[in-house]
Amino acid sequence: MDGSFLTIDINSFITEPIAHEFMRKAILISILITSVCGLLSSFLTLKGWALMGDAVSHAVMPGVVVAYALGVPLSIGAFVFGVGSVALIGFIKHKSRIKEDTVIGLVFTGFFALGIVLISKITSEIDLMHILYGTPLGIPLSDVKQTIFISFLVVLILSIFRKDLMLYCFDPRHAKTIGINVSFLHYLLLTCLSLAAVVGLQAVGIVLVVAMLITPGATAYLLTDKFDELSIISVLSSIISSLIGIYLSYWLDIAPGGSIVLVQTFIFLFAFLFAPRYGIFKVKQLLSSSK
Amino acid sequence: MKSMEFEKYRIEAENICVDYNGKVALYDATLRLKAGQICGLVGMNGAGKTTFFNALTGFVNLSKGKIRINGETLKTSQKDQAVAYVPQNEGIDADFPVNVWDIVMMGRYGSMNIFRSPRESDIQAVKNAIERVDLVDYSFTPIGNLSGGQRKRTFLARAIAQRASILLLDEPFAGVDIRTEKLISELFIQFKKEGKTILLSTHDMIHVREFCDLVLLINKTVVAYGDTSEVFTPENITSTFGGMSPDFLFGPES
Repeated sequence: MDGSFLTIDINSFITEPIAHEFMRKAILISILITSVCGLLSSFLTLKGWALMGDAVSHAVMPGVVVAYALGVPLSIGAFVFGVGSVALIGFIKHKSRIKEDTVIGLVFTGFFALGIVLISKITSEIDLMHILYGTPLGIPLSDVKQTIFISFLVVLILSIFRKDLMLYCFDPRHAKTIGINVSFLHYLLLTCLSLAAVVGLQAVGIVLVVAMLITPGATAYLLTDKFDELSIISVLSSIISSLIGIYLSYWLDIAPGGSIVLVQTFIFLFAFLFAPRYGIFKVKQLLSSSK
Repeated sequence: MKSMEFEKYRIEAENICVDYNGKVALYDATLRLKAGQICGLVGMNGAGKTTFFNALTGFVNLSKGKIRINGETLKTSQKDQAVAYVPQNEGIDADFPVNVWDIVMMGRYGSMNIFRSPRESDIQAVKNAIERVDLVDYSFTPIGNLSGGQRKRTFLARAIAQRASILLLDEPFAGVDIRTEKLISELFIQFKKEGKTILLSTHDMIHVREFCDLVLLINKTVVAYGDTSEVFTPENITSTFGGMSPDFLFGPES
């Protein structure tokens, strides 16, 4: 009897939210967005570009506002400013004695502040809270199409240049030595980062998109020594997080963006503690020593 | 006439200068190496050894001078897979999720299609290279679980799989076990017979005397260059190392 009661409960727990069309849409679009960010995350983790992800996701803000004012797709504005910020970071680092992390912090906060000022001056129609904190629930149809297009573009790029990008992260000098265009790969990865930041900010907002670009890769990094598995685990944990996150947000009435990222963080903590080889408790060693 | 000259040399670096944001790292350095020659690159830390390698691999741009590899420009030689670089152990991210097979396969990337999908010939080349460095049992071991010597052999295998005619080795003997050291020296003899040209940087004076036909002493520029027996003198070494005696630098066994 207990068992059947539980089944019914779990059934309605799962089915009730997806009875609503907006929830189905939110779930699908979140899965798409977080998967793309998760896939990219496996490269960013290996390249050590977490801070760069933070920078780019904040720097796209003025681009979104300018694009809105000009009536062009938001992704184009975001892309221009995302890549522009990185170019500026590279330029300042190259031409001054300031250390890279300082330059990154300096540039992205500047861009971010510009975005806030632009919003307050140019238009009151962009909801600042929406850009900052996002939500997968209310994305308009035109944005959905754009999101799907960009997502497939990023996945396509990362699939075609998968091995080259891996080599670029691991040993750029060897890549250069055998005639691979390293600066092309550098900007390709940056392009993907800007594009992912654009789609990501719609789901969870600027503040949290960086989590989707960092956390899944970090989690997977604790769980495997194989590059292919790293990407797969990263994407899987992203998908699971967005599913659980959205359900929690429905049932507990909490912000979906925050909820998705919080689940990702919990999955990371779990891996941090219990990963077989690299977790704090080193489960593998415990198991083999108890035999 | 000019091209005839180039044909004789595998590496021809003429008066090359490299600077990083105006800071000169290397100036007026000239080096010519033929097929089958092994040359030792000796200098202090910061003397420009790594910069020299960077210049030969195209990893930094020259501010002056020119480099020809097998008579071709750097760009052409890169496309031809002519130069292989074997990094220092410290320069490798040992936590990267790749195994021995993956790394050796990277040596084949330059001659593969855009997806870098290995053909039968690539797989065979990787297998052979791994056999030559005696790592068959470790083919699928993650790089993080290898010893320093095994790691070094992995990157040597990558250079072998690449089938490069020129090998650049950054500190090939640093931090390796006796077995690896022996294996590397045997490989050097084979490479020499195959007509490969080797440029290696080292801190170990014994290795220079043992393997190197030629030696290039540098301290931001060329201090001395020539046959090891003629050039590798205590006076030259002392001036390369800024007046300190080799005994002081390397211990009495040198």
